[in-house]
Amino acid sequence: MLGRTLQEVSAALKQGQITPVELCQKCLSLIKKTKFLNAYITISEEVALKQAEESEKRYKKGHSLGALDGIPVAVKDNFSTSGIETTCASNMLKGYVPPYNATVVQRLLDQGAVLMGKTNLDEFAMGSGSTDGVFGPVKNPWSYSKQYREKRKQKPHGENEDSNWLITGGSSGGSAAAVSAFTCFAALGSDTGGSTRNPAAHCGIVGFKPSYGLVSRHGLIPLVNSMDVPGILTRCVDDAATVLGVLAGHDPKDSTTIQDPGKPFMLSSLTDVSKLCIGIPKEYLVPELSSEVRSFWSKAANLFESEGAKVIEVSLPHTSYSIVCYHVLCTSEVASNMARFDGLEYGHRCDIDVSTEAMYAATRREGFNDVVRGRILAGNFFLLKENYANYFIKAQKVRRLIANDFVNVFNSGVDVLLTPTTLSEAVPYLEFIKEDNRTRSAQDDIFTQAVNMAGLPARQPEQPGRQVVEHVVETVPGDVKNAQKQ
Amino acid sequence: MAAPMLRGRCLGRCWALACIDSGSRHGRGAATGFTSSGKRGQSFVAQQPLLTAQKSRKGEHKWAAVVGLEIHAQIASNSKLFSGSQVHFAAPPNSLVSFFDASLPGTLPVLNRRCVEAAVMTGLALNCHINKKSLFDRKHYFYADLPAGYQITQQRLPIAVNGSLAYSVCVGKKWRQVITKTVRIKQIQLEQDSGKSLHDELRSQTLIDLNRAGVGLLEVVLEPDMSCGEEAATAVRELQLILQALGTSQANMAEGQLRVDANISVHHPGEPLGVRTEVKNLNSARFLARAIDYEIQRQINELENGCEILNETRSFDYKLGFMPEPNLPPLLLYDTASLPAGADPQQVINIDRIREQLPELPSETREKLIQQYGILPEHSFALLNEVGLLEFFQNVIKETRAEPKKVTSWVLNIFLGFLKQRNLAVNESPVTPSVLAELLNLLDRKVISSAAAKQVFEELWRSKGKTPSQIVSERKLELMQDEEALERVCHAVMEGHPQVVMDMKRGNPRAINKLIGLVRKVTHNRADPTVIKEILEKQLSS
Repeated sequence: MLGRTLQEVSAALKQGQITPVELCQKCLSLIKKTKFLNAYITISEEVALKQAEESEKRYKKGHSLGALDGIPVAVKDNFSTSGIETTCASNMLKGYVPPYNATVVQRLLDQGAVLMGKTNLDEFAMGSGSTDGVFGPVKNPWSYSKQYREKRKQKPHGENEDSNWLITGGSSGGSAAAVSAFTCFAALGSDTGGSTRNPAAHCGIVGFKPSYGLVSRHGLIPLVNSMDVPGILTRCVDDAATVLGVLAGHDPKDSTTIQDPGKPFMLSSLTDVSKLCIGIPKEYLVPELSSEVRSFWSKAANLFESEGAKVIEVSLPHTSYSIVCYHVLCTSEVASNMARFDGLEYGHRCDIDVSTEAMYAATRREGFNDVVRGRILAGNFFLLKENYANYFIKAQKVRRLIANDFVNVFNSGVDVLLTPTTLSEAVPYLEFIKEDNRTRSAQDDIFTQAVNMAGLPARQPEQPGRQVVEHVVETVPGDVKNAQKQ
Repeated sequence: MAAPMLRGRCLGRCWALACIDSGSRHGRGAATGFTSSGKRGQSFVAQQPLLTAQKSRKGEHKWAAVVGLEIHAQIASNSKLFSGSQVHFAAPPNSLVSFFDASLPGTLPVLNRRCVEAAVMTGLALNCHINKKSLFDRKHYFYADLPAGYQITQQRLPIAVNGSLAYSVCVGKKWRQVITKTVRIKQIQLEQDSGKSLHDELRSQTLIDLNRAGVGLLEVVLEPDMSCGEEAATAVRELQLILQALGTSQANMAEGQLRVDANISVHHPGEPLGVRTEVKNLNSARFLARAIDYEIQRQINELENGCEILNETRSFDYKLGFMPEPNLPPLLLYDTASLPAGADPQQVINIDRIREQLPELPSETREKLIQQYGILPEHSFALLNEVGLLEFFQNVIKETRAEPKKVTSWVLNIFLGFLKQRNLAVNESPVTPSVLAELLNLLDRKVISSAAAKQVFEELWRSKGKTPSQIVSERKLELMQDEEALERVCHAVMEGHPQVVMDMKRGNPRAINKLIGLVRKVTHNRADPTVIKEILEKQLSS
């Protein structure tokens, strides 16, 4: 039952093959069994069971709320959840219990979804491995798969099994692992530079990043406000569409959400791709790309072509500036957004009370890890009056050029871009931590993050090989507008 | 900007000086070619002793002072600029704080329509160009009563620019000459107010009240077109009256709804402008004028002693700058011509609609008073200067047959004098407009003398509830209507003062006044002096 898709289990609930409480209990017990994955920071067992009971009552009365009623879901621990601790995997917010729900959380609950818990991440979503949170790294469920074990056996030097697990990617690694390990049927992630698509790729599930402005950010603890988007992780594309249908739409609490009421998301079964024009950006063919990913990429392209789609090479000429541009904009917004964590109103506060300034300094030193502090420091440097024009303004201009690259390609008749999500398949933890967070983020966001700059939607679909990604560009009105927003 | 001016160690000083910085020189634009901009926004000041600043002690060089102002007016709105929290003065600490105001992570700003309308209306009243597109920025600084670590303001593209404010100063020997001056308005921007910090020195604690955090402010930047404290105070006063007339701010300085920062420099006319200093958080009109004049004099003294002017505030200005506020899209306004077809009126703001709703401005009210009642310009200023006085005046006029000039004189001299002596506001007066109107009617019908009227007025103040007529009859204050009796009194007085009569006969013009005074004393002020004079003259010549 747990291995089914959201749509399948929803049907099972409706038909009474299983009750919401039974389903919830099954998930809870699997969550406990897979605790070693470290996917969850908080397991909201009591809340989940209560919600499941409510759902069960509705089903008994025949008044179920829809496709999500009684469906176990998980939420990344940077979305505010009323009455449930929300930590961002940081000492700064340990023990912080928000008094309100993020809009996306509320919308899930309003549809009867059952919240299993809050999932692990890199501290404040800053990372690409889910290895840099205060609660420790997340382990990729595929590390324990038959395929992976057999593959490893072929290697000559027998490594220690326990230490050679794979990373999930990040920063929404907890959500990806939770869905991949069948502990829930959908999870919320966040995507600022690829944080939903990257772990989805590494964990073999669907990761969807909606257009900027399509889904409310209210209650999402921000990394980069102008790029953050709540992401959706599921085990199949139709499930992602179902969840998106619930989340999408204007939110009066988020002024950057689009006003258009929008249409419900119904995916037609796509049998005819002959009218599609698929672009392959040549700049994405970088030397660092692993041969495996490269071959999957061309395999996918060939598949489309053989079905009648037009596949052409396109150019996104400013791609190579994307990472450095992102670095300036991201750290600047981080410096600004993190200023509120001063230990006064909520969160961690140090014991030092000699002066307000000393209290701030010690609180922030104790509360943030090196990655967060490093980004704040860099961001404050870029925001200094004398540096602002040289860095921030220039980065904004480059961002516009990057966004225009996409606009130009789509204006030229391309419907969809097909690109890799990651350079290679998931690597072992011990391998991953040989490089620091900044280097890893720069490497791993290379294919994903330009899309955030442009505000475009992107999707990492489930694939057996896991490394092929298509970036779907929907016909959502306002995409281009949003892309030009900055 | 509402940045708390003094951080840490310089508490208790009202100005601050910082390092010399060419950027801190006043950029006075084209020499103000402004004359009166017409009817809008005139103000009045009853005295203009141009400062000591104008002359050096040795009288060698003249000094000229240059004063610019940044004024923060709290917007009169039910809720805050970006949150639904209510706005109230003196509510229990931290009782009006939303999740956004406390900067809980994940909360986002949602712009309050009322605040935007107030900014547009104020901009229109101050002859500004309203920007149809304006932007919000974050201004960063660390301070305990600024929970987010930044203030949302409009630094790059404010909502209104390039306006003007006309105010009037009175000059001449009797200050009868009204001169209209104009100060240019650089911009009006929407921004958040900060919270309040209360420092408990005894327990070395800082207590934070966030009730004020996030309240909408209009920052009005006045170009350095003023030259002394009195001019600055007068301009501020006029702005205050305009804001109150518009209802966009209560603009009560004592409650901090209107706060003023002044930039001040001195130079020799014809030479480049001097280094400026800042006098911040001025929250009373009288203190404003005095603080500016004091600072001007201090700068002159410094310079004459060969010292340099240092601008200290700069050193506290964290060099952290601005950043676009990513959570707020550009603020778009429309006029009737540009209004998108089928737009939801709740979702768009039409500048032309707001222009239609502009109420009468103080300058227009004064002009009307002058036209309608023939009163002096300075009296029109005085009537508007006191909260509720104009309404009081108009109500008296409605109910009395007395001449408007007479009413003006009574309201401005006697009534206002009584209020000031007792430190009362107009609405606290025990004398209502109809009571004063009745008193003035008695005077107009010559039932009582003006001296008696004043006596009645004093009595009204003491014994609430009595009508003027009651007091007149109780105290027997009616004018003597019996001319024969008055003739007898006059005769008796003349008999009793032969020396004064002799003086009068010799042609001393003052002597008759003395006799009149004596007669009035005998009649307990109940005789009309003009009648007494006639009788005396008649008796003398007979």
